[in-house]
Amino acid sequence: MEQNDTFDEMWGRGQELRVPYNGFQDWFEGEDIARLRAKQREAEEVFRLTGITFNVYGRSEAEERLIPFDIIPRIISAREWLKLSRGIEQRVQAINAFLYDIYHRQEIVRAGRIPAEMISRNEAFLPQMIGMAPPGGVYTHIAGIDLVRTSDDEFYVLEDNARTPSGVSYMLENRETMLQMFPELFSTNRVQPVSNYPRSLQRSLANCAPPATLGDPTVAVLTPGIYNSAYYEHSFLADQMGVELVEGHDLRVIDGRVAMRTTQGYKPIDVLYRRLDDEFLDPLNFNPDSALGVPGIMDVYRAGGITIANAPGTGIADDKAIYSYMPDIVEFYTGEKAILQNVPTWRCSELDSLAYVLDNLSELVVKEVHGSGGYGMLIGPAASKKELAEFTRKLKARPSHYIAQPTLALSTVPIFTRSGLAPRHVDLRPFVLVSPDGIEITPGGLTRVALKKGSLVVNSSQGGGTKDTWVLED
Amino acid sequence: MLGKTANGLYWMFRYIERAENIARLIETGQRMALTRSSAAEDEWASILDTAGVRDSYTEKHGDAVTKEGAIDWMLRDPDNASSVLSAVSNARLNARMVRTALTHEVWEAMNGCYMEARNILARKVGERDLPEVLNKMRQRTALVRGATHGTMLRNDIYDFARIGTFLERADNTARILDVKYYVLLPSAMAVGSSLDNVQWETILRSVSGRGGYRMVHGNRIRPRDIAQFLMLDKRMPRSLNFCCSKLLDNLDYLASDYGNTPPSHHMARAMTDQFALHDVDAIFELGLHEYIQEVLTSLSKLGRQIEVDYRFYE
Repeated sequence: MEQNDTFDEMWGRGQELRVPYNGFQDWFEGEDIARLRAKQREAEEVFRLTGITFNVYGRSEAEERLIPFDIIPRIISAREWLKLSRGIEQRVQAINAFLYDIYHRQEIVRAGRIPAEMISRNEAFLPQMIGMAPPGGVYTHIAGIDLVRTSDDEFYVLEDNARTPSGVSYMLENRETMLQMFPELFSTNRVQPVSNYPRSLQRSLANCAPPATLGDPTVAVLTPGIYNSAYYEHSFLADQMGVELVEGHDLRVIDGRVAMRTTQGYKPIDVLYRRLDDEFLDPLNFNPDSALGVPGIMDVYRAGGITIANAPGTGIADDKAIYSYMPDIVEFYTGEKAILQNVPTWRCSELDSLAYVLDNLSELVVKEVHGSGGYGMLIGPAASKKELAEFTRKLKARPSHYIAQPTLALSTVPIFTRSGLAPRHVDLRPFVLVSPDGIEITPGGLTRVALKKGSLVVNSSQGGGTKDTWVLED
Repeated sequence: MLGKTANGLYWMFRYIERAENIARLIETGQRMALTRSSAAEDEWASILDTAGVRDSYTEKHGDAVTKEGAIDWMLRDPDNASSVLSAVSNARLNARMVRTALTHEVWEAMNGCYMEARNILARKVGERDLPEVLNKMRQRTALVRGATHGTMLRNDIYDFARIGTFLERADNTARILDVKYYVLLPSAMAVGSSLDNVQWETILRSVSGRGGYRMVHGNRIRPRDIAQFLMLDKRMPRSLNFCCSKLLDNLDYLASDYGNTPPSHHMARAMTDQFALHDVDAIFELGLHEYIQEVLTSLSKLGRQIEVDYRFYE
């Protein structure tokens, strides 16, 4: 049988259906293509009417866009998920321990496992957090771990999102849409539910209430506002949790508490799930020009008057330069080898690495250390001569701003096209909740899919789509 | 509830009500123009007055009012903050802001209304398509109202939605009376010139009140009865009396929910009492125009006081 270089999650490397897709394939074979086409359009209509859109920065209000949704689910077996979730739990545990450590005694630096300047000279390191213990000991209340798959049993962590990971509303709405459109699929396939996420999130945030809390903790979601690209998700989560969605101008520091302006006066907030970057959080302590944050919130935070989730300063843990040390970090804090692999990473700040990267640029992926969203990266095999030359210049000018990784053979999952099923590359972002009671991982996550044939870029800002992600019951 | 949320709900429903009222005014204007019984340009100018957009129209188009110009300005011009399209967009913007306070059905009805408006008002609407376009907008706004009525919990969220609705509606009815008061004055009561009849019917039409009027006053259209019907009849859902008493009801629900009675309640009560006591003949004696002017002033004061009492901004 012909063998493909790329691992397809439905068909493996040949034409033999993989077990998790058995039930789906039975159903699909009996379906009429025309009906499915109509369903695909119907799904888009549902998304548009529900307003599940994202705003494109720098465009007018009219430019609310849909992230394309593909109706073919991505299916993961219970066994595969068990291994993944163990690896994720280990990793997230290590990240929290690492954050506590670097804002306290920095044992990992003393032990010589990470160079001191990786911390002290890192833009994401927040001196204001030194010596501060966040309520419940939790730094990353919500984390999103980006994974890619390259074979039957090989998963790599591409990125740890420890600041304000987004996309969980798509995980929930994609499932909701599938349930509405194809209920029969869910009676024949036993798919683990994801719908508990908002309740778990609420509980897990409330569990981290600060010392000043009286009675049941009041939780609120802080959004930069209606024009933020993820505004839909912010309002969705507030709605699903049954808590207020606030903006900076609704908040004020009163009597050592952060309080929100209600129709009956100011009311204190105990836990603030902020979807706002550190630098905008507090104009008194960080960026003085920020109109989005709350003046003085950091002082309230340090005095135990509020919990900020995620904690300020967590960005140091998902920094791309720190990423390359993750296997050491996991081992240092858990005493075990990392279950999930890291993608081999060249730190261009190191001379040997830089030389290697420059010599092999056309085979590598180069990323900015502080970039995100797929902006400012180079995919060597797909780059033109001009782009390669431009990156050579950039790398030589500011080597420490870049890391490089080999181009991975990302797995594919079929998408539904005009002519039937066609393989496209995917990644996976499971969502992880951390509270003093433990770590909870929702079985599923956000599957992003590159809609263009052969493309490896799955980011929605670059034309990627999403899929429902199934984790089957045992 | 956040003050910002109360504010968003209030304005969402004011704008929905406004979109509907403007659509009704355009329909009335079109109807008048078709009957050709008066100078059409004057009618459109007075329709612009009623919608409160005459000044902004003149600023953009100059003094001459044309039918096409007036319709386009009121229907879909983004420079006119009170065009149907602007009002629907603003309603939806506010709805997005307070989405967590709305039921799924209300949001979908609102978003569907917006999508339809953007679609059918994307280009200039020709005379032939006008009735259908106006009809669709009326149906879509009615759907938002219906979803609100049928699915929303009767709590403070609902109260602010209703307060916005009735303040806007009272304002609209008062404005129609303010612009058209002269055709209701006794001097114009030479009874029965066909011109007057058309004018009087127009007033009723612009508040969808012809059927209701007939049920109450029979087939004879008299200015005194029209004024009575639009100002004082508590059964007429667009009368000043009806709107103010609804405003007061909702402010009362808030008061019992929140356990306090801020100044806006006293203002609303004073207005409602006044409509219950006054008699239409006495109003004519005092001066209809002055009376309506006073109502308009009271309504805008009440609106501002509600903003303060419930911390919409500060």
